[in-house]
Amino acid sequence: MTDQGVRWTAEQVLALAPDDASRKAGSKLGVAGPWSGAGRDGSAAVWGLCEGSGRTPYRTVVDTTGPAYACSCPSRKFPCKHALGLLLLWAGGGVPDGAAGAPDWAEEWLAGRRERAGGARAGAAAGPADPEAARRRAERRAARITAGAEELERRLADLLRGGLASAESAGSGLWEETAARMVDAQAPGLAGRVRELGAIPGSVAGWPVRLLEECALTHLLDRAWLSADRLPGPLAATVRSRVGLSAPPEGPELRDRWLVLAQYDSADSRLTTRRIWLHGRTSGRTALLLSFGAAGRAPELALPVGSELDAVLRPYEGGGGLRAELVERFGLSSSAAPPPGLSLTDALAAYGRALREDPWLDAWPVTLAGVVPARSDDGWQLTDTSAAEPRSPVPPHTRDRTPAPGGVRPNGAVPLSRGAQGHSGLWRLVALSGGGPITVFGEIGHRGFTPLAAWEPEAPGETVPLV
Amino acid sequence: MDAWEELVTSALLGTDRKPPAGSAGDTAAVALLDAAAVHTVRRRAGLRPGPAAAPLEAAPEDGRRPLPDAARRRLAQLLAGRAAPAPSGGRRGAAPDLAELLPQWLAAANEHGYRAPAAALPALLDAARARTDLRPQALAFAGPRGLWLARLNPEWKFALRGAGGGGALPDPHDGDAVLALWEEGLFAERVALLSAVRAQDPARGRELLASTWGEERAEDRLMFLDSLRAGLGPADEEFLEAALSDRSRNVRATAAELLSALPASALAARMAERAASCVSLDRTEGAERIVVEAPHECDAGMRNDGVVPTPPTGRGERSWWLGQLVEAAPLDCWPRRFGGRGPEEIVALPVTDDWRGELHAAWCRAAVRQRNADWSRALLGSPAAPQATGPGTSSLAERAQLLSTLPAEERAAWVASFIAAHGLSEAFQLLGVCAVPWAEPLGRAVVDALDIARDAGSYPWSFSGVMGLAERCLSPSAAPQLAALTALPAEAEDASPGAGGYWSEAFRRLVSTLELRASMHAELVSP
Repeated sequence: MTDQGVRWTAEQVLALAPDDASRKAGSKLGVAGPWSGAGRDGSAAVWGLCEGSGRTPYRTVVDTTGPAYACSCPSRKFPCKHALGLLLLWAGGGVPDGAAGAPDWAEEWLAGRRERAGGARAGAAAGPADPEAARRRAERRAARITAGAEELERRLADLLRGGLASAESAGSGLWEETAARMVDAQAPGLAGRVRELGAIPGSVAGWPVRLLEECALTHLLDRAWLSADRLPGPLAATVRSRVGLSAPPEGPELRDRWLVLAQYDSADSRLTTRRIWLHGRTSGRTALLLSFGAAGRAPELALPVGSELDAVLRPYEGGGGLRAELVERFGLSSSAAPPPGLSLTDALAAYGRALREDPWLDAWPVTLAGVVPARSDDGWQLTDTSAAEPRSPVPPHTRDRTPAPGGVRPNGAVPLSRGAQGHSGLWRLVALSGGGPITVFGEIGHRGFTPLAAWEPEAPGETVPLV
Repeated sequence: MDAWEELVTSALLGTDRKPPAGSAGDTAAVALLDAAAVHTVRRRAGLRPGPAAAPLEAAPEDGRRPLPDAARRRLAQLLAGRAAPAPSGGRRGAAPDLAELLPQWLAAANEHGYRAPAAALPALLDAARARTDLRPQALAFAGPRGLWLARLNPEWKFALRGAGGGGALPDPHDGDAVLALWEEGLFAERVALLSAVRAQDPARGRELLASTWGEERAEDRLMFLDSLRAGLGPADEEFLEAALSDRSRNVRATAAELLSALPASALAARMAERAASCVSLDRTEGAERIVVEAPHECDAGMRNDGVVPTPPTGRGERSWWLGQLVEAAPLDCWPRRFGGRGPEEIVALPVTDDWRGELHAAWCRAAVRQRNADWSRALLGSPAAPQATGPGTSSLAERAQLLSTLPAEERAAWVASFIAAHGLSEAFQLLGVCAVPWAEPLGRAVVDALDIARDAGSYPWSFSGVMGLAERCLSPSAAPQLAALTALPAEAEDASPGAGGYWSEAFRRLVSTLELRASMHAELVSP
């Protein structure tokens, strides 16, 4: 089941680094110099001793199927620079086959992992201890949320009666207070929405329109919650998760070869959230794995972008069925082609369709093919040449990339989102395109397109991360 | 006004003042939110692509071959390690310094004629922006697509300055295009064009410059004249001779300097005559020695030939003039002046009245300017000779310059003997002019000297400059020889505390850097 023969690339390894500092520190350790006794075995484990500042070298071991790491260094980073360095050494072919098997200290940890993995599988089936008590707790919480939603409705109605023009001068105090009330009502989803509403007044030109839109969608969520029992199943699940009720993933398990499209973190003062986008080769599904870490610490789950993960996922209900949980992984291998791509028009239509199940979706993951970055007066956009460009059977390296005037007529455009306009990944995207058509994965929605990964036309086997 | 705009107006003013159509009172606000929700979702669900901006001009084709996979990964690693902060203090651990290997990697990749991977271009341009010493190689590697990209981002506008200008240069053989750009181009483009044409066809380059010479501004004339340095030959003499009467003093001085690098030029002959009249062989008091009679005035003829009349503060006028005359005189004139002696015998002759330093320094400058290996060899003297004794120069800066005129192998052998005799403490500057990777006798000399320094009980950071050079310049084939030095030695009684451990660490870093360089180069060679 494992792909012990396939080494990762350095990019894949570096994509695991929790932050820039670790990436640099790890790179420095990715050479033979500080390492001794390094080896690997058939079960895809890699180990080695790394000379550090301490008297005894650090013992580092990595299970690359996870990947999972253990190191005797005191670092709180995860993975630590030694694990990254060891993987880089391995990626560069610098780790010999450990014919004698792993040393005792590594074997101990590996054996423990195998045992725990077996245990977790067996224990997953067990349900809650006391279903009756759990039901009562859930009812109490639902009642609280209902009270919160009703209060929020009154606030929104008050705001609209007095007019949005007054919202800018009122400041964010009122919003903060309302958000705190929603936290008390155990509705974190509503609290988050309210905080975002508070940030809109005065933020951009045309903010009253955005404020009205977001107030209306919050109102829609309130109303939906208050009548959730009359909604069809999937939509009701969406509403519950949007309000902030977590439910265990309940969809049918799905085993596939998942291409890791993107991995990126966003952090606020309390939590680091990691998003990992996957594309199922056989099912054609796109899935989102979320992983969380306490503030300032990297979430534990990390998958190298551009690799292919043989794994079982279980989707959560609602939200368009994107979010999933990683149930079991079997192996990781390097990957080849990008997912099949859509035109801009089809991508926007897919977003529109997804809104039917989740009208609160800001964006939808899509792979675009045949798009070209271009610069308008309002910033960068992606133009669509897929329908207009004549598809000729000329091999790519002999293709004439110079557009004849009027030859390739763009078939409309979507602006890049505000966040993407100033992001360094934009320049990688532009460089890859060179003014020609390119395949890009990202999120498309009412705020525009946020590119997350791209493939060079001449080297489609390499997934280039843009975040 | 459409329905959505009406809703927005109501929302702005408040439903108390302006209720939306068809509702009033307490339910107006909720009705407004209901309607706005329907509109918002409908608008989002019905999004269509908007108007497209004019397409970018496509990046020019880059005909170079793509990097092998392993080399592409190595580049990403080097670029990721580039911005790593230099470790503080003298201790750098046993891991190689990746940032220092980037220049070498880029030079090797350019030599093999590889094309930069598009995804690496932004990081490459950022690296070149941060380190000016990387720029020529990084920009050459980035190639036409790199320039194309740099034009789109103001942060990279440095890439558009200097060579290459804003646009691609025409083919030097395309006469009309060359002439058009020469007559209408921006200054930077014209400098780049002149260098390109000069590199292909020196005569054509000179003619191009002559065609507009009279109309150029003085500072432009100076820059253009400077580009004649490449491919300088006897055919340029007439043009340079004319430039000797230029209005600008700097132009005159540069023309004179270029002419003096042409030993057969009329200016060189005039200088030889003047210099010879100042320096003669005295046989009167038994032993033969050189007598110097510095010029008493800087006449119009001398000034016309580029001699600068006013010395810098602190220098005497006469020795200043003498220095310039000897520097500009062809070295071939001296054997005739000294009875057929060769450079070594001439340099060995005693010089009267403390003129020796002045005279030898001027010969050093002449040897460097005229790229004369025989004279350089003579002036360098024996590498093993103790400092500041014997003939020739003992200044390290002069020696480094003289060395650069010798063939690479001889240079390496000379510096190797120097290190064997004097150790490493003064060798840094000399090592800097040696060809990379260091030829065999030199590599061994450096490693032996490091070994001796370790045995002598000093700390490795006293040699961090040489260590750093060795990491970048030693031939990777020296790694096995070094392996024995990485072992942790038993601490000797008179050694500095802990020095053994630090040396072992430094040598391990040296070995791992050499191994890294070996695989770096191997990755670029394999298909």
